[in-house]
Amino acid sequence: MITGTVTDGQVIADLTATCTAPDGAGEMEALRSRLAGRADDEGLLDVAYRIVDSPIGPLLVAVTPQGLVRVAFELEDHETVLARLATSISPRVLRSGRRTDAVARQLDEYFSGRRRRFDLTVDLQLVRGFRRAVISHLSDISFGATESYAAVARAIGNPAAVRAVGSACSHNPVPVVVPCHRVVRSDGTIGQYLGGAEAKVALLALEAAPPDRGMPGG
Amino acid sequence: MVRPFEELVVEHGPVVWRVCRALLGPDDAEDAWSETFVSALRAYPDLRSESNVRGWLVTIAHHKVVDQARRTNRAPRPSGDLPDIPTWDHQHDDGVELRTALEALPTKQRGAVAYRYLADLSYFDIGVLLQSSEAAARRSAADGIANLRKTYLKGAPR
Repeated sequence: MITGTVTDGQVIADLTATCTAPDGAGEMEALRSRLAGRADDEGLLDVAYRIVDSPIGPLLVAVTPQGLVRVAFELEDHETVLARLATSISPRVLRSGRRTDAVARQLDEYFSGRRRRFDLTVDLQLVRGFRRAVISHLSDISFGATESYAAVARAIGNPAAVRAVGSACSHNPVPVVVPCHRVVRSDGTIGQYLGGAEAKVALLALEAAPPDRGMPGG
Repeated sequence: MVRPFEELVVEHGPVVWRVCRALLGPDDAEDAWSETFVSALRAYPDLRSESNVRGWLVTIAHHKVVDQARRTNRAPRPSGDLPDIPTWDHQHDDGVELRTALEALPTKQRGAVAYRYLADLSYFDIGVLLQSSEAAARRSAADGIANLRKTYLKGAPR
């Protein structure tokens, strides 16, 4: 006769172990990825995001059905940024490779010197009024060029609003893709940047001397 | 501030998986897991309180497990019944004896064991899910563990 060497606690512990996926992490990843796909198919994926590695640190990119809604630097704290998106846009926020592929690919191309202009639809729902007018103008500043805060103020027909332009740039929800880094001070110093001054310097340097200047043929 | 749904998936996904896996075979468990989170995602903006998210998700999972079992077995069942015989993938699992023992449990005991020990639900909540009283849910879980111990001992002498 077998004596009771197995306790209730052991049975429960074994039960927990048995009912976990054989390959816990990989299985969970597959389930999550499948969920994001289904959510997208059923129109439930209001905000899709992923983290993209870049020379200026990990960037969070978030996409709505209307387009790219947010690019965030690590300095902004990605968790806080996601919680704000959940509050201001929709709590239906999921990590999704499929919906963020185009953004990730174009950012990679940009950072490796193979792209000078982003071909993405941008969703500016997070900015309104004057700030939106400023942000909308920024895409007209071309790769490698810079413009002063004063010049931007003049361009949008409000030459006195130099400080407000600076403030609008520092609240750009889609930095890098909408190039607020190309706006500098009139005296030539670089001015502030949401991702930190170093990141702004790095982006301007990248555009002044792209790592791979020879564009692929065709 | 509202929590992004992804955080719920990360935090509670494994618990929901364990419950689905305890009550269904691997393929059905995957379907039930997906169905659970798709339904939860749909309802999430209207969720009033985030105080018992795990209980909310396991409740949805319970209904999906019942639906999934009904679909797989095709035989119509009264609602609220858990599947009788889940199809375990015996060949590729280590915990075969324990699973066999779990399969052999009466449905209420199996449900009570899964919801109590894998999902950490209160006996009150388990009673609601299994359509029985809190005391009966407590008894089912205790009987379930006692039965598992008995069959497990028989199957795996050490």
